[in-house]
Amino acid sequence: MRLRSCGVIDRKQTANRTLLAAMPLATSRDVVAARQAVARFMKDRGASALRITRFATAVSEISRNAIVHGGGGDISIYLDGRNEYLHVECRDTGPGIEDVTLAMTEGYTSGGGLGRGLGGAKRLSHGFEIHSVPGEGTLVSMSVKL
Amino acid sequence: MPQSATANILTILETSFSGIVEEWLGTQVKEGVKRSDLFSDAESRAQNQELLKAFAKGVRTGVVGEEFNLDDDAWEDLRAVLSEVSKERVSRGVTPTEMATFVLALKTPLFNRLEAMLDVEQSVLIRDVLLVTRLVDAFAIYTNEIFIGERDQIIERQRQEMLELSTPVVELWDRVLTLPLIGTLDSARAQEVMENLLQTILERQAEVVIMDITGVGTVDTQVAQHLLRAAAAVRLMGAECIISGISPMIAQTMVQLGIDVGTVSTRSSIRTALSDALQRVGYVIQKTEAS
Repeated sequence: MRLRSCGVIDRKQTANRTLLAAMPLATSRDVVAARQAVARFMKDRGASALRITRFATAVSEISRNAIVHGGGGDISIYLDGRNEYLHVECRDTGPGIEDVTLAMTEGYTSGGGLGRGLGGAKRLSHGFEIHSVPGEGTLVSMSVKL
Repeated sequence: MPQSATANILTILETSFSGIVEEWLGTQVKEGVKRSDLFSDAESRAQNQELLKAFAKGVRTGVVGEEFNLDDDAWEDLRAVLSEVSKERVSRGVTPTEMATFVLALKTPLFNRLEAMLDVEQSVLIRDVLLVTRLVDAFAIYTNEIFIGERDQIIERQRQEMLELSTPVVELWDRVLTLPLIGTLDSARAQEVMENLLQTILERQAEVVIMDITGVGTVDTQVAQHLLRAAAAVRLMGAECIISGISPMIAQTMVQLGIDVGTVSTRSSIRTALSDALQRVGYVIQKTEAS
């Protein structure tokens, strides 16, 4: 089994986290619901408008990927133990990504898009990690400082 | 003497009408579905009186043997009152469970009165209770159908309103169009916006189109792609496209996403976009001398 990953997330941060919300990803309406939920949680915790816009865009990007490329999945939003980070985990059970490094390359697209989504989402988040197993699915973990 | 199945029920409905209304209200309070926060006592009482009156009328003429069908003409009054009451209740935010319990609460006063009247004749009591149960259950099921239908209508109406709201192409001036985009721009809407826009360009012989995204909260790569495609199509039609309403936050996010708008003109506000557009078609906005 090949496991490919990329990015940095401090594992300690994911220890004592609390689940804020979990929702399915199946249609483009779910993408809207997911990013609105993330924006609401960030706003409630006093994040700046710029930070909210950036991270909500990253979440929008990744959850749309889960639907378009992964055939649907689900998304979970967590608050870390010290209330410093919001973690978002987006999971699908699609074909997975053969070459994560290639997928992260600017301008590379497999589905007729702009090819900016993955790299862009990484730049818009504070922590970003992809685990993908070809044939089984993809898990993207993202986090943002509050 | 063979007695009609509805005789006892009609007797109690006629002899203690207002008592039943009061006890019905009382049961609703006990079940926690009266919603005094949404309806005044007088309103609730009036609703219950009308419903019970219509119900009694239905029982009088609409039950043949022990059979009945709420779709029959005899139940027309009940259906009309019910649909009115349901509409009122939906619009004030009553839940389907509350609505059904509200109707089912009518069983309590009817059972109590049947019992008091027929305490010796068990078989008759059981027959009557059964009939009342079937009547009130049908009443409640019908209520729920109306209730759900009413909600569906509201949702459909809102959806239609939103669809229409989402793609108004406005002629600001001779040959200048504007398209204020609001909310989310998914593929279906983007397609609709594009068709609407290109058609209007043709009809109005437009030369400049301002696409305003002030009301679009999130511009991710998909939204950006839809915007840029629309801009390209506008250009193919021989018009120019200006994207306006790009907030500082959206601008920074787009840069981080690596979105290149290429040769499409962009402006931060619709105000600058408008003066730009007017200039391109040969007009200037000028202050009058008097002011």
